[in-house]
Amino acid sequence: MIHWASFSDFIAMGGYGFYVWGSFGMTALIMAIEPIVARRNRIATITRLQRQLRAETRNTAE
Amino acid sequence: MTDRLNLYRFASPATFYPLAGAMIPYFVAVSVVFGIAGLWLGMLVAPTDFQQGEGYRIIFIHVPASWMSMFIYLIMAFWAAIGLAFNTRLSGMMAQALAPTGALMAFLSLWTGALWGKPMWGTWWVWDARLTSELILLFLYIGYMALTAAIDDARRADKAGGLLLLVGVVNIPIIYFSVQWWNTLHQGSSVNLAKSSMATTMLWGMLLMAMCFWMYSIAMALMRVRTIMLERERHTDWVKAELAHIVAGDEK
Repeated sequence: MIHWASFSDFIAMGGYGFYVWGSFGMTALIMAIEPIVARRNRIATITRLQRQLRAETRNTAE
Repeated sequence: MTDRLNLYRFASPATFYPLAGAMIPYFVAVSVVFGIAGLWLGMLVAPTDFQQGEGYRIIFIHVPASWMSMFIYLIMAFWAAIGLAFNTRLSGMMAQALAPTGALMAFLSLWTGALWGKPMWGTWWVWDARLTSELILLFLYIGYMALTAAIDDARRADKAGGLLLLVGVVNIPIIYFSVQWWNTLHQGSSVNLAKSSMATTMLWGMLLMAMCFWMYSIAMALMRVRTIMLERERHTDWVKAELAHIVAGDEK
């Protein structure tokens, strides 16, 4: 069922290893980084908005 | 009576925000399941291609990324049309939340295409119709993001960006039909409903990977749209209530 005879066969990709793994590697990298960036951006936005909200409520209380 | 099933309710950011948050884990989970199944089938089970050897396996990300780059653009153009026609708040936010993922998909399409082109055609890049129109798509995404970022007023940014999206939508059929309309180096469509040129395991691997990319894109867009909602609706009571009880660090 499994197409490959050995793990090194799998890595070599019949001589196309550089091209295949270069493609999959970049995809994996982007799909790992994009959510991290989005999450950091979200945390930064929430922190900033909370600070602004606190400043506003403090001003109206006085 | 129809209140319980009123979908228009979700056009309001206040009701869509928690719904989007609840759905993200499911889209992530489904994406991971499709991804594992697709990679298993595509990378471990699918046979060698008789023409391209093992190099063809780039298809399992090249085609899904290319499809998503075009599909996300169409969805953005759809939201732009809705926003311009009905002046709805949510549509501009949706378009903006989708743009970075769409741009990354267009980039991945070009990147994997270059890595596929080098061993098969002997060149990383040619200025042929398919490749050039996909590059224009990447520029349209970047142009849309730059334009909307440059305009301070969010509603005006949506309008300007929306127009750009609608004008640029003409590029999508050009990409899609380029392999038929012009004589290009790029191979024709691999998937054909009548008779597919691919082995069954290859086809299924590719379709599963496409589902994985699709669900991933939805999860990313929902994640981003929630942040955009907080930002844009910061003066409303529901955002103030939301901000009062979330602790930034340990929020989903």
